[in-house]
Amino acid sequence: MLTRASSARRSAVAAAVAILFSTTALPTSAASDTVKVGVLQSLTGTMAISEVTVKNAELLAIDQINAKGGVLGKQIVPVVEDGASDPAMFAQKAQKLIQQDDVVTVFGGWTSASRKAMLPVFERFHALLWYPVQFEGNECSPDIMYSGAQPNQQILPALQWAEEKGYKSIFLLGSDYVFPRTANLILRKHIIHDGDTVAGEEYVPLGGTDFSAVISKIKLAKPEIVFNTLNGDSNVSFFKQMAAAGLPSSKLPVMSFSIAEQEAKAIGPSLLAGSYAAWNYFQSLPDPANKKFVAAYQAKYPGQPVDDPMAHGYLDVYAWAAAVKKAGTFDPAKVAKAASTLTLADVGLGETKFVNNLSLSQTAYVGELEPDGQFKILWSSKAPVAPIPYDPLSFPGKTCVH
Amino acid sequence: MTESTLVAGQVFNGISVASILLLAALGLALSFGLMRVINMAHGEMLMMGGYISYLATSLFGKEPGFFVGLLAAFIGTALFGALLEVTLIRRLYGRPLDTLLATWGVSLILQQAARSIFGPIGVEVTAPSWLAGSLAVGGTALTGFAIPAVRVFIIVLAALVLGGVAYVLTRTPIGLYVRAVHQNRAMAEALGTNTRLVDLAVFSLGTGIAGLAGAALALIAPVTPTVGQSYIVYAFLVVIVGGLGSLTGTLFAALLVGLFSALAQIFTSVSTSDVLLLVAVIAFIQFRPRGIVARSSRALEAEV
Repeated sequence: MLTRASSARRSAVAAAVAILFSTTALPTSAASDTVKVGVLQSLTGTMAISEVTVKNAELLAIDQINAKGGVLGKQIVPVVEDGASDPAMFAQKAQKLIQQDDVVTVFGGWTSASRKAMLPVFERFHALLWYPVQFEGNECSPDIMYSGAQPNQQILPALQWAEEKGYKSIFLLGSDYVFPRTANLILRKHIIHDGDTVAGEEYVPLGGTDFSAVISKIKLAKPEIVFNTLNGDSNVSFFKQMAAAGLPSSKLPVMSFSIAEQEAKAIGPSLLAGSYAAWNYFQSLPDPANKKFVAAYQAKYPGQPVDDPMAHGYLDVYAWAAAVKKAGTFDPAKVAKAASTLTLADVGLGETKFVNNLSLSQTAYVGELEPDGQFKILWSSKAPVAPIPYDPLSFPGKTCVH
Repeated sequence: MTESTLVAGQVFNGISVASILLLAALGLALSFGLMRVINMAHGEMLMMGGYISYLATSLFGKEPGFFVGLLAAFIGTALFGALLEVTLIRRLYGRPLDTLLATWGVSLILQQAARSIFGPIGVEVTAPSWLAGSLAVGGTALTGFAIPAVRVFIIVLAALVLGGVAYVLTRTPIGLYVRAVHQNRAMAEALGTNTRLVDLAVFSLGTGIAGLAGAALALIAPVTPTVGQSYIVYAFLVVIVGGLGSLTGTLFAALLVGLFSALAQIFTSVSTSDVLLLVAVIAFIQFRPRGIVARSSRALEAEV
């Protein structure tokens, strides 16, 4: 009797549980028409100036794909999180997106510090991060898609351009943190290897405003061109003080690696006019797909410029959607694999392709900044440049194969 | 450019940096020395001056706008300083740690206000054309050593401000009151000096000078919501090395810090010279904890 009663009770519990499950199953089956992705950029703090626009571009791509029916018949629902310009916050929010929100992939990050902080999280959960910004290379994670340029796709093409133009003596100037230090390490190896001279190498603390000594040293070294990896506001002081010291860009050319259309607008295009920049995308690219992208973005954000990291954020979403379609699943490992078999030619950057090291093969450009804040394209690599995460001259013996 | 012109150039640059430091630190030295108020929002007074200069140049054009901006920056930030003194600082006298915390809060509020009003992206102040040039010494601009007109202007401005403050403090009745309060607050009060008014005047003058400095520095540096942060640490260094509330000390400290970093930068990078500077300052205050000019102020001694 007793056992029978308890078994009856147990079956009642089981039935209740079954009912609960079936009722909770109802909304999930309705929700299965959607799929969640994470968008993780700094919406506050010092990096917000740059990252908010990347977030906008990523959301634009999601909207456009949704308007065309989504992926695998599902509408994409972006879960936007704020990394707050703080690497620890990026790691925390990445984990939240993966564990709590159950997103199938994450688009985001800007600074190398934020990427380094998120990397262990993505590797632990085998989730997939799409990283849109040019960086110093030297990293090879199976769980990150690096669409921003590797050093051999931005810095070294700029060196090639400078050498073709006949500049033989190069001064390296940067803010004092990981990207300029690594970029200049690689540049120095290549400059010496090519038989040219490094006229000098100087670093200024992030946010530094006094360049008087640096300018004196530049004058002493008499370089033919300056390669500039200064970040943010320091550029305002540098260019103003160069002009005041009688060295505007027209007298001593400057090639910048961290000044795109957004930064040019912030710093003041009139101050920078005539200086050069190397990127893999310019708003002024004549590509018809780019014209469409710029028009769509400016329809939403009138008068706002579009730049390289934004274009990469936009491309990342399209690349993910195409890879999901190809793989027929949202499984991160399969999506990453499928992505490296696809060629993307219609998102504005010309012909691009993720290769087996999960970085993007893409064309390199050199542009000259005009007073209206747009770049006149002076040079491009003849074909897309294959990404090399570990520069063989600077880091011999290291390769990246998954 | 040769090695010797580099050294000559760096001496000039050191004096130029010293003039910037002097402008940034003078107001701080005044209020810190007289009232022992650690004004963490001092950098934001510079920032405010920069934005006022931007508003003036966009309203009145480059030429008159710049001078209107200098004047408006001085008056505007002085008035803001007065408001700050009456509403906040006055209520926290004798509690240096509390003023530190409260003014830090003010600093954050002002940064966010600038961000909300002018946007997170900086604004541009362009120099009048006669300030944009430079004077080449010993060769052309590329080979020789150039003295930028704008740096000469800032040196002259710093000298004028220093002279003006020195004149006010030593030659005018207001200065007499200020010195009296500085030497012995209780006694001055007992003799009928309105110390609250003196404090108010000195604090406003200090913030006004910071605003003026901000308007001038907008010519060579960015104007952004956070620009004040890049000056405040050096300004405090100068005040500490110079000795509390001493004009002569502040002048010498600014020259010392400016020339030290400029000359160190001949041999090392900017980052390393910053480290060397901080090490030198730490060593210096071990031996002279009260700065270059240790004032025998009873008011200070009573508290130390």
